[in-house]
Amino acid sequence: MGLGEILNLAFVQRALLAGVFIAAVAAILGVFLVLRRLSLIGDGLAHITFGSVAVVLLLGVAPFYVTIAALPLVMLSSLAILKLTASKKIHGDAAIGVVSSIGIAVGIILTSLSGGYSVDLFSYLFGNILTVNKTELLLSFIIFMVVIGCVSFFYYDLMAITFDEELAKSMGIRTKKINVILFLLTAVSAVLTMKIAGIMLVSAMLILPPLTALQLSLSFKMTIIASVCFSILSVICGFLFSFLLNLPAGGTIVIFNVIFLLIIFGIKTISPASR
Amino acid sequence: MSLNIITAENLTFCYNGIEVLQNISFSVQKGDYMGVAGPNGSGKSTLIKNILGILQPRHGYISLFGQTLATFRQWERIGYLPQRLNALNAHFPGTVREIVQLGPRRKENPLNIKQILQMMSIEHLSSRLIGELSYGEQQRTMLARALASKPDLLIFDEPTTALDPETRDNFYLLTRELNHQQGTTIILITHDTGVIGNYARCLLYLDKKVIFSGTFEAFCASPDMTGFFGPDSQHMICHQHNRSNA
Repeated sequence: MGLGEILNLAFVQRALLAGVFIAAVAAILGVFLVLRRLSLIGDGLAHITFGSVAVVLLLGVAPFYVTIAALPLVMLSSLAILKLTASKKIHGDAAIGVVSSIGIAVGIILTSLSGGYSVDLFSYLFGNILTVNKTELLLSFIIFMVVIGCVSFFYYDLMAITFDEELAKSMGIRTKKINVILFLLTAVSAVLTMKIAGIMLVSAMLILPPLTALQLSLSFKMTIIASVCFSILSVICGFLFSFLLNLPAGGTIVIFNVIFLLIIFGIKTISPASR
Repeated sequence: MSLNIITAENLTFCYNGIEVLQNISFSVQKGDYMGVAGPNGSGKSTLIKNILGILQPRHGYISLFGQTLATFRQWERIGYLPQRLNALNAHFPGTVREIVQLGPRRKENPLNIKQILQMMSIEHLSSRLIGELSYGEQQRTMLARALASKPDLLIFDEPTTALDPETRDNFYLLTRELNHQQGTTIILITHDTGVIGNYARCLLYLDKKVIFSGTFEAFCASPDMTGFFGPDSQHMICHQHNRSNA
């Protein structure tokens, strides 16, 4: 089957479109998270997503609605991480560790109770972009628009908080509100990214594109744009390669993210300007 | 009657159960240039962070420009230069122009970003990333950011640490100019009582509680302060103040 024929398939178009929307969302949010040293929140929320998916599968929710059904639990968990971090009694990385441990523990217990690992749960662990349904495509588009809207509207507030949260507070920026928005959007992004890359690789989608963009030493705005470009390019290349070579899409997409990072890192290392 | 820019009454702040600020009361009037001094751990920066709402006091009252801190919204009237520039995230990909644009803006007659970059002599650095700049250039960028909203109140927390003497003197001359010519109220936190003697008109000396609050004339005439600092130190501070204001 040629590339043209592949791209004409409805489920391929759906997968690519959803992939592009989710890649852009993860890449935008990832810039703020990486710069605030909250990179591992993706990993933590992915573990929570595992627990949440186990809960909804145990409750007998139809696979079609699992993504939507898992959302509230993951969003609540993201707020728990925020609350623990803001209390200053637990460091951010430890707070992520606490909540994610609970998620994975709950997931393992519930999976065991429901009679072992089902095919459904495995598809969430390793992701399968080809199984994106119309509801998930619509949800991806809505979240994409919401993220674009929120980041445009709160751009300077988000940038100030990312630069220095104390300084942002002194400017009268309502940092708590902005943090809640950022964490909730990250939670939704983590759940959706699970469909593309799988629970195991959610954090890669949030970390690698921003990290690649940061190597370019661009302005803040251009770093976000570059991060989105690398992320979308990785999804398109990874998806097509995985389809043509019969490889798992999630892993191939992440490998392309790594390849772009290594290329940019290599160019930066050997370029005369960096010496 | 002059307007109180800041009023703090019975301000107490605790960190891990230890009182870092004990019943602090003071006020700052429009056009004041106040120096805040005190030994390490005396609560100078903590006091400012309470006033700016960064930290929450255990109890006490704070008002800014006649409004309680909870209802205050005119943050464009305050410019703040924090102490921790050395903790600045070197990987932050913000250009000088982007950093200066941060923060609230006056709706009426806003200051042109180009003007402020020229004023701080950093126009040539406008597209450079802040992490790539020298400490002095970063400091000027942050000062430009603080000045960009044309604030009525400027708060500087140890602003000249690690600056070379010439840049430091230029910085203080600029603060004096802003205070004298534009009537900007200034609060300067520093260990250096000599600098405060040179530039400030009133002094708040802290050591978890207020040791002294008032004008330099009152400070120099106070037998309590002679007892606290010793006659030589008090005389030296007062001499510097009198010489620079002669």
